[in-house]
Amino acid sequence: MSRYLGLAAILVLALIAPFFVYSVTLMTILVFVIFASSFNLLLGYAGLLSFGQAMFFGTAAYITGHILKTTGVSLEIAIIGGMLIGAVMGFLVGLVAVRRSGIQFAMITFAIAQFVYFLLLQSEFTGGEDGMQRIPRTEIFGFIDLSDNFSFYYFVLAVTVLSIAFFYRVVHSPFGEVLKAIRDNEPRVESLGFKPDRYKLVAMTLSAGMAGLAGGLKATVFQFATLTDVSWHVSGEVIFMTLLGGLGTLTGPMVGAGIVIGLNDHLAQFGEWALISQGVILLAVILFFRRGVVGELGAFVRRYKAGGRK
Amino acid sequence: MFDGISIQLLMGQLLIGLINGSFYAMLSMGLAIIFGLMHVVNFAHGAQYMLGAFIAWLLLNTLGINYWGALFIAPVVVAIFGMVMERLVLKPIHHLDHLYGLLATYAVTLIVEGLIRQQYGSSGLPYSSPIPGGVNLGFMFLPWYRLWVVLFSFAMCLGTWYLIEHTKLGSYLRAANENPEIVESFGINVPRMITLTYAFGVGLAGLSGVLAAPIYQVSPSMGSSLMIVIFAVVVIGGMGSIMGAILTGYLLGVVEGLTKVFYPEGANLVIFVIMILALILRPQGLFSKKEGA
Repeated sequence: MSRYLGLAAILVLALIAPFFVYSVTLMTILVFVIFASSFNLLLGYAGLLSFGQAMFFGTAAYITGHILKTTGVSLEIAIIGGMLIGAVMGFLVGLVAVRRSGIQFAMITFAIAQFVYFLLLQSEFTGGEDGMQRIPRTEIFGFIDLSDNFSFYYFVLAVTVLSIAFFYRVVHSPFGEVLKAIRDNEPRVESLGFKPDRYKLVAMTLSAGMAGLAGGLKATVFQFATLTDVSWHVSGEVIFMTLLGGLGTLTGPMVGAGIVIGLNDHLAQFGEWALISQGVILLAVILFFRRGVVGELGAFVRRYKAGGRK
Repeated sequence: MFDGISIQLLMGQLLIGLINGSFYAMLSMGLAIIFGLMHVVNFAHGAQYMLGAFIAWLLLNTLGINYWGALFIAPVVVAIFGMVMERLVLKPIHHLDHLYGLLATYAVTLIVEGLIRQQYGSSGLPYSSPIPGGVNLGFMFLPWYRLWVVLFSFAMCLGTWYLIEHTKLGSYLRAANENPEIVESFGINVPRMITLTYAFGVGLAGLSGVLAAPIYQVSPSMGSSLMIVIFAVVVIGGMGSIMGAILTGYLLGVVEGLTKVFYPEGANLVIFVIMILALILRPQGLFSKKEGA
């Protein structure tokens, strides 16, 4: 019950937020909510550490941007295009990466992401070091004009709400239960007749598709796509958000994305200190608060309730 | 023999490939040693390599200690840093999923790189060669310093491999890797051995950094860009195999150099293509004996 109240409160906050906060900042948070949730689906529920999640995000941003720049299709088609590219990439990377378990999965995704980075750097259509500029924000469904940031925010919010509903469905489906079982004890799942590699491959495809959706949205929010979107710093940032918010919880990536984007906004003027503080906070989370903000709060509330009943 | 490709270009790139390969070999060997005993993928390896180079630069520019002094001092300083890091960061999370080790060393990398960049800026700092000059081989010019790096790092790799695979000390290490409880029951202090092994691997990274300082510019990001390649090398060679890491390191350095001659556009990509092919054709690793190791 309290969980639904919490979600309703977050939704109300999200609806009135653009009256108080710059809408581009809010849209950045929403984009990263989807992106971090896609990472969380892999690490939090399947135990797979993707250290290259930015390759799906960044490539999709370029593809969505390229579709919008070269064709006159409506916005949602271009974003879906980015999402599909992400999913296909996820499937292909998954084919190679799930062959090695545990820690090697992280190293392989990290290296393949760098491969994608170099490919995009050398491709003509991406604009190389300069990036892709002036991506047009076409009408949604061909007739709804959302070119100003304020109304575009509500489009991004709607996509985010749908995405979270999607993650909820996946995690609470029989498929999600098998994923969690693989995370906790892979040999046992295998002995029950499941094929863990296939489940991991599907998880990888879904996660990469959602990362692609986030990337496509990003390209339309900022109207540019750059190599930064594909770099390992972004892959690392999304790890940071998820761990800080709370790994393996649905609300964790939301809270994490909000805190990190807010933190980046405030620390941007201090140059390197933004990255340094990320490192310090991440280290503190790993050493002392592995449940993240949401997990620790939940544990605190449970302790409080248990104490109150006595 | 090859149309339009001069012998100078070919030999020049081969030498660069051999030099890069020396660094790939030394760094992936350190990574493999640490992984073998602790099952931690030391993401900070690149940052520790960068620290080695920076300490060499600082020693020269603040205390006036030259390259040869730095070659002894910097690895020791970096190793001590590693010891402290192992005790404060890695030991407390040793019992957890090994993914946390990778993430914790990633966090340390962010902190170390950020602090250095904050203090010294992100542009490269020059470090002049301690052995200027070279020899003209007729078909190419070979700088003495590059020859020194190739020979020295080769000796380091062989020496380390011998130490771990063929001495009593190394046999303790390998035994502790297989079964730490039994080794401990023989009266060997395994936690201290882990700390010292980590310090040794990290010290090797620092030493590579000093070697690299006169060749590449000393910059905060010199380690993380190398790290990406090192990960690919270790994945190709198979985790935890020391000889595998050394051989793959040299091999990939040379292949990368040759790609620069014959297909320059692919030079950045070739290592990753090989990694993907290796994963498809030989998923357990090129030099790995154990299935899925």
